[in-house]
Amino acid sequence: MGKLAIETRGLKKSFGTTHAVAGVDLAVSAGGVYGVLGPNGAGKTTTIRMLATLLRPDAGEAQVLGYDVVRDAQAVRSRVGLTGQFASVDEDLTGVENLLLLARLLGYSRRRGRERATDLLDAFGLAKAADRQVKKYSGGMRRRIDIAASLVVTPELIFLDEPTTGLDPRSRNQVWEIVRGMVAEGATVLLTTQYLDEADQLADRIAVIDHGKVIAEGSSGQLKASVGAGSLHVRLRAPEQRAEAERVLAAALDVPIELSADPAALSARISDPERVARSVAELSRGGIDVTEFALGQPSLDEVFLTLTGHAAEETPEEDAA
Amino acid sequence: MNATTAEQASAPVTEDALRSVLLAGERPSRPGPVLTSLTFGWRALLKIKHVPEQLVDVTMFPIMFTLMFTYLFGGALAGSTQAYLQFLLPGILVQANVMTTMNTGITLNTDIQKGVFDRFRALPVWRPSPLVGALLGDVMRYSIGSAIVITLGLVLGFRPEGGAVGVVLSVALLLVFSFCLSWLWTMLSLILRTPNSVAGVSMMLMFPLTFGSNIFVDPKTMPGWLQAVVEVNPITHLATVVRGLMHGSVPAGEIGWVLVSSVLLVAVFGPITMVLYRNKK
Ligand SMILES: Nc1ncnc2c1ncn2[C@@H]1O[C@H](COP(=O)(O)OP(=O)(O)OP(=O)(O)O)[C@@H](O)[C@H]1O
Ligand SMILES: [Mg+2]
Repeated sequence: MGKLAIETRGLKKSFGTTHAVAGVDLAVSAGGVYGVLGPNGAGKTTTIRMLATLLRPDAGEAQVLGYDVVRDAQAVRSRVGLTGQFASVDEDLTGVENLLLLARLLGYSRRRGRERATDLLDAFGLAKAADRQVKKYSGGMRRRIDIAASLVVTPELIFLDEPTTGLDPRSRNQVWEIVRGMVAEGATVLLTTQYLDEADQLADRIAVIDHGKVIAEGSSGQLKASVGAGSLHVRLRAPEQRAEAERVLAAALDVPIELSADPAALSARISDPERVARSVAELSRGGIDVTEFALGQPSLDEVFLTLTGHAAEETPEEDAA
Repeated sequence: MNATTAEQASAPVTEDALRSVLLAGERPSRPGPVLTSLTFGWRALLKIKHVPEQLVDVTMFPIMFTLMFTYLFGGALAGSTQAYLQFLLPGILVQANVMTTMNTGITLNTDIQKGVFDRFRALPVWRPSPLVGALLGDVMRYSIGSAIVITLGLVLGFRPEGGAVGVVLSVALLLVFSFCLSWLWTMLSLILRTPNSVAGVSMMLMFPLTFGSNIFVDPKTMPGWLQAVVEVNPITHLATVVRGLMHGSVPAGEIGWVLVSSVLLVAVFGPITMVLYRNKK
């Protein structure tokens, strides 16, 4: 374990009667991507805003790069970059004006600031849009300028709040490339996401949060392992044999069998991989033709379902507050 | 769409270019409060450049008032429109500026709601600088408004006896007062939730303040109690100063009064504003 980039203990924040963050403990080591995964209203943005010194915690402590977010707020601010969830640059200004503004505020001379702005725009594929107002950018371009704006002075730690929500797959891939590039250069990235596959693809470690609390933490592999060995998907040639197949599999695997919407398919969460081989033999002995037989790692969706008792896509009582 | 074609034409993020910008992480030393405030002032000017519509209020409103009061009431109030213009124009200048300061609060209220203010607040700069910068940018709007009123006045026949020096001095003093007064609206914009409520409350304060003064008429004809009110209204003192300077007298006591009230405005509303700003959710 390297040095800790972020450490929080019992971090809390309420808005009236809404307990947005209800006691969060995090230990994020330096270098790499740390994913904070949670559905709408889980408290991701509120957590990030406290870590970036924008909100004062009601209780608990947080150290960012070794500095206390309340007592040493200014030290934290000069070392981290923040890309907020919503439009984090001035939409009335052009791309280059936005970056130049930040460069000047961070101490660049006018000339060096302009060079830095141009370099960043080039690197983010925005050179042609440099002199256009940001409000006229497409969603993907906007997200890239948002991130570029956090890199005017390369931060040791960068917070990205839902960097890919609402982007098409191509733009999302570009953002992923940027994140990987930053990590390759030694930065620590803390990103929040509602997408399980994003956390799976990018993050070295993941904290799953729900209702303002961390409900699980670990690498994506560990989280998956905590739910079981994986799942088995079987597809039959003849749908009318499904009831028979269900009986055979249930006997061989000794776990409940799920019948999916596809009338020819069955699946099961398995605990003991050794029984899987036996179940194939049992199916063929019973004269059941199988067109597909796949053993998959559990998806983070399943992880989420197991941990919270509800699916990640649901947004329960989000608006109740 | 424009955006799409440009996006397709532009190279996607390239690994090498990205690496080089990340490695070129220069760490310039932190600029001081004056430079950061001026930089935020520059942002306000850029916004005027990109959204010139926002100047409508500082241009149309004073023109309307000057014409309306001069020609509708001038004859009745001062015997002739010419005579009234000599009296009214400095007052209209005060009113135009003071009214424009309200917009500071309304604009800031909209601005602060946006995500970009989170970024500003997360920067390692002197904390009040985004606000000070916004107010400095507004000084530009006040100057434009003043220039328009004075030009229109000159065209209509206004002749300042104090000459160019008197006019410049009075405008300078007016800008100082307006900058200081705008801290009141900035504070309001942090307390009230919507731009509409900021506009509503500012109007409620502004109308009695400007009309309950000596801007439009000499208070001699008013009932005694109202004269007393007009006498303590800071706008009255400001209008007296501007009128005096423009017409060639130097009301030293009144100037001191205006400067002291300017300092008081900032000393009271500045710190309150900063506390509100710091604790903004
Ligand atoms: N400024 C605020 N005032 C009142 N309630 C708030 C405020 N900010 C957040 N909340 C509430 O706190 C809870 C957590 O919000 P938060 O924005 O942190 O969630 P999130 O995980 O970022 O969600 P999303 O995925 O939708 O961005 C929500 O119930 C939200 O309504
Ligand atoms: Mg959020």
